Amino acid sequence: MNVMEKNMATAEEKMVQWDPTDVKAELLKKYPPKVARKRAKQILINEALENETPEITANVRTIPGIITMRGCTYAGCKGVIMGPTRDIVNLVHGPIGCSFYAWLTRRNQTDAGEDGEQYMNYCFSTDMQDSDIIFGGEKKLAAAIQEIYDLMHPKSITVFATCPVGLIGDDIHTVAKNMKEKLGDCNVFAFSCEGYKGVSQSAGHHIANNQIFRHLIGEDDTPREGKYRINLLGEYNIGGDGFEIDRILKKCGITCLATFSGNSTYDQFASAHQADLNAVMCHRSINYVADMLETKFGIPWIKVNFIGAHATAKSLRKIAAYFEDQELIDRVEEVIAEEMPQVEAAIADVRPRTEGKTAMLFVGGSRAHHYQELFRELGMKTISAGYEFAHRDDYEGRHVLPTLKVDADSRNIEEIEVEADEKRYRPRKSEEELKALEAAGLEFKEYRGLIPEMEEGTLVIDDLNQYEAEKLVELMKPDIFCAGIKEKYSIQKLGVPMKQLHSYDSGGPYAGFRGAVNFYHEIDRLVNSRVWSYMKAPWQENPQLSAAYVWE
Amino acid sequence: MLLRHTPKEISERKAVTINPAKTCQPIGAMYAALGIHGCLPHSHGSQGCCAYHRSTLTRHYKEPIPAATSSFTEGASVFGGQANLMQAFNNIFSVYNPDVIAVHTTCLSETIGDDLPQIRKKALREGKIPDGKYVICASTPSYVGSHVTGFSNMVKAMTEFSESTGKKNGRVNIIPGWVEPCDMEEIKRMCGLLGVKSILFPDTSGVLNAPLTGTYRMFPDGGTTMEELKATGDAVGTLALGQWCSADAARQLDKKNKVPATVLDMPFGLAATDRFVDALRTIAGVTVPDELLTERGQLVDMISDMHQYLYHRKVALAGDPDQLISMTEFLVSIDMLPVHIVTGTPGKKFEKRIREITADMPAEVNVKAKGDFFLLHQWIKNEPVDLLISNTYGKYIARDEDIPLVRWGFPILDRQGHQYFPTVGYKGGIRLLEKILTALLDRKDRDDEDKKFELVL
Repeated sequence: MNVMEKNMATAEEKMVQWDPTDVKAELLKKYPPKVARKRAKQILINEALENETPEITANVRTIPGIITMRGCTYAGCKGVIMGPTRDIVNLVHGPIGCSFYAWLTRRNQTDAGEDGEQYMNYCFSTDMQDSDIIFGGEKKLAAAIQEIYDLMHPKSITVFATCPVGLIGDDIHTVAKNMKEKLGDCNVFAFSCEGYKGVSQSAGHHIANNQIFRHLIGEDDTPREGKYRINLLGEYNIGGDGFEIDRILKKCGITCLATFSGNSTYDQFASAHQADLNAVMCHRSINYVADMLETKFGIPWIKVNFIGAHATAKSLRKIAAYFEDQELIDRVEEVIAEEMPQVEAAIADVRPRTEGKTAMLFVGGSRAHHYQELFRELGMKTISAGYEFAHRDDYEGRHVLPTLKVDADSRNIEEIEVEADEKRYRPRKSEEELKALEAAGLEFKEYRGLIPEMEEGTLVIDDLNQYEAEKLVELMKPDIFCAGIKEKYSIQKLGVPMKQLHSYDSGGPYAGFRGAVNFYHEIDRLVNSRVWSYMKAPWQENPQLSAAYVWE
Repeated sequence: MLLRHTPKEISERKAVTINPAKTCQPIGAMYAALGIHGCLPHSHGSQGCCAYHRSTLTRHYKEPIPAATSSFTEGASVFGGQANLMQAFNNIFSVYNPDVIAVHTTCLSETIGDDLPQIRKKALREGKIPDGKYVICASTPSYVGSHVTGFSNMVKAMTEFSESTGKKNGRVNIIPGWVEPCDMEEIKRMCGLLGVKSILFPDTSGVLNAPLTGTYRMFPDGGTTMEELKATGDAVGTLALGQWCSADAARQLDKKNKVPATVLDMPFGLAATDRFVDALRTIAGVTVPDELLTERGQLVDMISDMHQYLYHRKVALAGDPDQLISMTEFLVSIDMLPVHIVTGTPGKKFEKRIREITADMPAEVNVKAKGDFFLLHQWIKNEPVDLLISNTYGKYIARDEDIPLVRWGFPILDRQGHQYFPTVGYKGGIRLLEKILTALLDRKDRDDEDKKFELVL
């Protein structure tokens, strides 16, 4: 049986129909009653309600003992948001582990040129010892900042709190403030991102972004050039995604002043307030920064998505529409016309081998939504999806924001009160202009979330855990499962290809046009790999021997 | 340059660690716990700790790493994590049904002072731990020692289950230390050749090098069983491989069950393997079979065959104390010059042992416990080497300084083989030698001018 026949055969086997209600019941069956009740609210069968998106519970505590995919607040702050900032020294105040595990493991690419400041290959830690836990670590922290400054003279040093720091009460913000004053030419600030705060990485994103907003944005008023100036918010340049988006923007003549925070520099953040539009990629990790930039500096924001070739084209058109300049509108169309043929050629090649296959995506706070675009372009259906750390608005859309309940965990995460900057607030568009653009179809401050874009009868599951993942794969038999490194090999042991959508399995970029082409080939490779046909040895497929073989 | 901000000039650092050559205790405890059959490791702390350890072990082994967490929130951090752990016991036994849960602490639960044995007692009293199931408790504060200490603490915690029936069972306990699953397998094979009946604990072979068959089993066949752990109390003796990784557990068995303990170096390289085999032979009262002697001879043969490429080549090393001690001895024994040696793990004894091993070596030696890769890199800038042996993080130095790199240690995130091809024992020595020679000779082939390029080496 060749590979194509084998694939056809498996496709037929998978015709076994599952009912989403049965699947949900099966997922909950083994749980103790309390756990089952809680999980039931986080597992949603996507049904068309009358003009209403069904409600899901999200951004709530993980259940102790249930093997979660989630990480901690520190991971969201240091790993996700600040990790890609190449010319800021990230100093972790705590025992060695937290710094070690976040050292070069997130695949944020950066281009510092031949001799630019580049600290991302380094790992800095105060390596707290038991004496520091007992007597306090503030002196050691101040000394560490001084030692780094003496060695490398960075323009900025940021400090990250780990769990014990909050417990012993080290005042990292005062240490940072004092050291900033002492050093004079080094911006030192700190993050209270202890791992136990919040319920997931999401709290860490918020803590990081608040401090960037407070200590960095608007620090540099030196005018920045560019006819169409935007910031790209929530793009972390995993596997070079940001490079591909930069290439496309540049080709269109759009100037990206700052990317938050892939391939970013200190100076980009410092002058981000000069942009005329904020384009938000990952709604979950950064929408509040977009809001704050609008309130303080008058920069409107729109949601974009550069994952998927058609989504990329759509996003470029949105940006062009915003600037209302025919020259840009025409240029964007030219670029799309130039880029799409390679995309269409790749789809034409790959799609016959991927059409009709099914995918599951459980990742991040945006990716489980964005990547459905790429699967759709391959003719594949997403039968179940969910986020690791998103909130209800990422599932149901921003219209639920006013109704979100503030619970004990979210109350602990600071919300910055922002007012219009006295000198620098400048509305980029008048009320009338904004209204006219909205009337023409451009939506500001809008994100509709994942649920409305998924088909009826699909399963949307928040904070999926190890047990449910395994059950889902057993019951629904997807052709591909997407999550992170911790999930990868237990899924693949089941004989189902697993694609990492955090680290891309060392692949990428997958954003933009060239990225889309990469992704099509990658999915083709995964779902059609010969390796999945090797699970059984030949003698296991025909185990009954009727007689001993006789050599002739 | 990847590490462009590392100056050649070395200045004293008292507060900042840069590019660590160690990580924290809990990951070692998690790895050790995976060597118990049917065991689910459990991290008593914030969920990020567990996520990081699972990710790192997964990247190293390319295998699923099941482990649960108490998922501390701010409330648990203030009021204690007892309720979280009790809930976790209940959920874990209901959903995953392991034979054993091995709980380790974190800096968070240690700082607030959670008492694991007390929580376990309460759980037992309240029926949260079903009959026939076990909970192992290890205290592993991240702000003491390193990942090696955490491994040692979890292995020591396993000895709590040893039982003395008063009758010796003729078996030899072997505590292998933090070595790869295949190394554990190799140690068992060598015991088999010698006819020694052993209890190896922990034993990750068959757990972290599992096959792909289309079925996922959270608890594969491998691992030391609880029955075996109980039987360690009746063993004729314990061989602890590695002072840092294994000695505490062996001493504990001696203290508790009067099982005599011998602490040996990890059997990497010729001399350390000789001592291991000799000790096994003595303790079990057996004769070393010809088969093992042949393997030894093959290793000696390869050293002599390729000696010209090894002689007086300088080597820099980073890793964990037990491994580095044996590796340094091996390198010295084949006339190489290990000149820069760092471990992140503390221990004055380490520097002393390295000084002893290298005492007669015709080169100055830099050695530091509680050191880091940043210091190692500075040493290399001042005194260049021909080879670097370290975990994957060494590749940034190797590329900047154009030095061949042999990946050995933990973690290895970018190459394969460490879970399958042992480096312990005589056969493992041949494997190590092969890796070292390949790195050196690949470099020679790359660097030799056309007119000097050779077919036969």
